[in-house]
Amino acid sequence: MSTVVLDHITKHYDQGKVLAVNDVSLQVGAGELFGLIGPDGAGKTSLFRILTTLLLPDKGQASVLGYDCVKDYRQIRNRIGYMPGKFSLYQDLTVKENLDFFATLFGSSINENYALIKDIYEQIKPFNDRRAGKLSGGMKQKLALCCALIHKPEVLFLDEPTTGVDVVSRKEFWQMLKNLKQQGITILVSTPYMDEAVLCEKIALIQGGNILSVDTPDGIRSKFPVPLYAIRSDNIYQLLTALRKEPGVDSSYAFGESIHITLNEQQTNMAAIQQSMVAKGHTQLSMEQIQPGIEDSFIRLMNQAQPAIAWQRK
Amino acid sequence: MSVLRYLLKKEFRQIFRDKTILAMMFAMPTVQLIILPLAMNFDVKQVNLAVVDNDHSSYSRQMVNTIGASGYFRMVAAAPSFPAALQYIEREKADLVLEIPAGFERNLVREGQQKVGISIDAINGTKAAIGGNYLLTAITDFNKDLPVNTAARLSPAAGGIDLTWSNWYNPLAIYKFYVVPAVLVLLLTLIGGFMSALNIVREKEVGTIEQINVTPIRKWEFILGKLIPFWLMGLIVFTLGLLVAWGVYGIWPVGSFALLYLFAAIYLVALLGFGLLVSTYTSNQLQAMFVAFFFMMIFMLMSGLFTSVDSMPPWARLIAHLTPITHFIKVMRMIVLKGSGFADVQREFGYLVVFALILNGWAILNYRKTS
Repeated sequence: MSTVVLDHITKHYDQGKVLAVNDVSLQVGAGELFGLIGPDGAGKTSLFRILTTLLLPDKGQASVLGYDCVKDYRQIRNRIGYMPGKFSLYQDLTVKENLDFFATLFGSSINENYALIKDIYEQIKPFNDRRAGKLSGGMKQKLALCCALIHKPEVLFLDEPTTGVDVVSRKEFWQMLKNLKQQGITILVSTPYMDEAVLCEKIALIQGGNILSVDTPDGIRSKFPVPLYAIRSDNIYQLLTALRKEPGVDSSYAFGESIHITLNEQQTNMAAIQQSMVAKGHTQLSMEQIQPGIEDSFIRLMNQAQPAIAWQRK
Repeated sequence: MSVLRYLLKKEFRQIFRDKTILAMMFAMPTVQLIILPLAMNFDVKQVNLAVVDNDHSSYSRQMVNTIGASGYFRMVAAAPSFPAALQYIEREKADLVLEIPAGFERNLVREGQQKVGISIDAINGTKAAIGGNYLLTAITDFNKDLPVNTAARLSPAAGGIDLTWSNWYNPLAIYKFYVVPAVLVLLLTLIGGFMSALNIVREKEVGTIEQINVTPIRKWEFILGKLIPFWLMGLIVFTLGLLVAWGVYGIWPVGSFALLYLFAAIYLVALLGFGLLVSTYTSNQLQAMFVAFFFMMIFMLMSGLFTSVDSMPPWARLIAHLTPITHFIKVMRMIVLKGSGFADVQREFGYLVVFALILNGWAILNYRKTS
């Protein structure tokens, strides 16, 4: 039995004018660290709010720990921890007061589940008497995680926990999630950062309210159907414009310092492309076949899905 | 229960931590209760009078002197002609023009009657009516003491009804006695209404309500946790207001304090229900502020604070009766000035209980943890 089940969930906003979630079905197993990866506006937060009983779906069923998200919301609220994307603790209460407050709301206390939050709480303990509004971004996020964990939830929902946090804190945060997973907590985390996807056990790529693919990060990468090449020159911008005009090139996009391309037909080979580029005056060309990353997969899936989504929007 | 206790603790902590709001909550009623009733004085003094004396007789001079001695008027000009005097009204230098025609004294003595002209600037209706009245009284006084009339009074059986009167509950008819209890209610309304509406909306705006909503906390616990602190603050503000009324204006309630506080307590419940209701319909503090302000203006102007509810047109009277503040102002005046007992105000009590039930019930129905 899966811990979190989404069954054909659809949600509209503004009386049906805006489609936020489109017929999403998804399952998260017990003890999994599951990532919901997608750009802003993909529908991640809507899904989270449905699962945390804050939002009613228009169609479909959702359940957490076997409890229905609409009917058994009370049981769910006792058993989950939710950390909204926006910092939503009381800024005018101190660190300790916030923790105390949320512990009390769940009929618990800081001491009762101290073991669970110990590693995280130790880091913010020196600021116990500082108001939450005066904490730095990373500290706020740690406090929010503590507050979401204080009642020992069985499922943890983290909505974009690392948005707006520095690289070091992000790394630390993911380490914390791994530790929590060790304790048997099922974790659902959403993020717009592709580089965080590989840190999850399983990921779902989501775009425009549609799930594009659900798999392990390796699974998603290995499903990339065609060879992927990275190409560089001393003038990336001109090279990109030229590649986009090249008939043999299927897709091309700038990726860091190089351009990732896939080819149209199998018979076109990279040598031909390279010759063509050299003929057009591009210098210092280098080219190699590379392993596709999550982002490459995502971009490919997104481009394939785009016409379909556009059609559904009508 | 421990949850509710902790909610209250948290709420008070937040209230006491925001020093500006706290200061406003107590300084605003104190300062305004001291300033507003003094300024809101409908006793008209200092009516500016321009006189056109076309007679220049001893009688006309006597009449002008009598008017001047009444203490209500300030002579701003003695104009040579009526058009010249009217200029003073146009330039807002004078409120009234008194025109004494030529032959004033002669006609009075010979024919026993004479007319004078009074022109009143009626832009400020109250001042015009009261000022005109004063002038008439002053002229009547002068008239009474004319030799023709004093002679007449000596003759027996002059007849006529002699009036004496007394003002009950406010013997000197002092305006501030009428206004202070009402202003106190008004300030209580402003503080209670705005504070409760804004506080809950703030939780929405900041997003903390999201975090609260995923907890197993019950709806009634959350709402009570919000209402009780403001209810207590309201009663403290009310007490403070009564103290100011006593200290500054010497108004000590004639009626029972228990009854006064009973009404204040029920009224605050109704008012906080209103605030809660506004907060359930709005999503940020600016919206809540405007919606609350819209109703507060109606409450204020229709409540009988400035104008008597009984003299409003029927539709306006209906609106006035549909606002809780009207009833509380009425009761405040009755208990504070008149010493009314519960039997006298039980209808108003019923009204306020109904308001409290409807507003709170509506608000609770409309408050959703899930959208």
